Amino acid sequence: MSKFKKKSESSQDIPTAALPDIIFMLLFFFMVTTVLRETELKVEQDIPRAEQLVKLEKKKLVTYLYVGPPKDQALGTEPLIQANDAFISIDGIVQWVNQEKSKLSEVERDQITISMKVDDDTKMGIIVDIQTELREANARKIMYAAPTKQNNN
Amino acid sequence: MARSKNKGSQEVNAGSMADIAFLLLIFFLVTTQIATNKGLTLLLPPKQEEDEPIEIKQQQRNIFKIQVNSADRLLVEDEPLDDIGQIRDMVYDFVLNFGKPSDVQKGKAKVSDREVYESLPPAMKSYITRNLGSSESSDGPSGAIVSVKADRGSSYEIFITILDELNAAYNRIYGERVGLTDEEFRKLNRNDPRQKELYDRARAGIPKAISIAEPSTVGG
Repeated sequence: MSKFKKKSESSQDIPTAALPDIIFMLLFFFMVTTVLRETELKVEQDIPRAEQLVKLEKKKLVTYLYVGPPKDQALGTEPLIQANDAFISIDGIVQWVNQEKSKLSEVERDQITISMKVDDDTKMGIIVDIQTELREANARKIMYAAPTKQNNN
Repeated sequence: MARSKNKGSQEVNAGSMADIAFLLLIFFLVTTQIATNKGLTLLLPPKQEEDEPIEIKQQQRNIFKIQVNSADRLLVEDEPLDDIGQIRDMVYDFVLNFGKPSDVQKGKAKVSDREVYESLPPAMKSYITRNLGSSESSDGPSGAIVSVKADRGSSYEIFITILDELNAAYNRIYGERVGLTDEEFRKLNRNDPRQKELYDRARAGIPKAISIAEPSTVGG
């Protein structure tokens, strides 16, 4: 009889003391592996996938340029160029690159890498125009950012 | 009264701790993005001086031409090509053709075509002597140029696919030269001196010469 009574008295709760630790572990994982979103994207970004990707080693030297049709329908459907937080025109690229270069130390200026994130609806015309401007601005290292292709064919 | 106090738990209630951590976790999940610093790299040619028109006559056989029209149709070496996947093997054969390897030492590493040929592993050498060495294709890797000319109206997607294929061909050459697969070669960490040495050895004398030509403005 007393045996039964003892059982009913014991706690019915699942111990949840370890739960916070698990969640904290997840939290730290995400904090370490992610970076804060620096810019708000104003263009569509559906980037075509590729296979032969190389990882960039010096993150400090990388500057991003976003190209794609604007999210805001009022701006039309033609692809626009977004640098930092604003749209820039083709003519503004040289100035923008020089601005970005001035943020780097003197010796690293020529090693600036422009990472282009381009939507797959974009036509090559604008890409080539950007390339010409980048050559003009002496930012010769460029990278077409692309996620890894899923299937292996 | 005192009895009930003794029965009550002495621990701090940690149940809500999980909720707080969850809240933080969700905040970080929403506000962050995993940095994807991966892509296809390309080195643009230096700025063109306006007053001196550069006219370097390249032998036609040393240029591998890829043209794309506005309907995303390909013209590779003046012949239409439907399967983009073939470019990989064509470029591989083109670069390693060694039709007329020169002894002139070029580039940063000062390696001539002939020295490049000597440095290749036996399997590649026998492949070259058996299948390649045609006088119609490139003279040697140091002079071989792959030229991509995309129409202004062609899509970015096809351009990336082509660039991917070209990189695949070069990575395969570099990898095979030092006994790695193309994937292993790609993942070499250049901050590690030993891997850097391997990387430099693979690339010496075989420049990755991908040229993006000025596009035509005609629709095509």
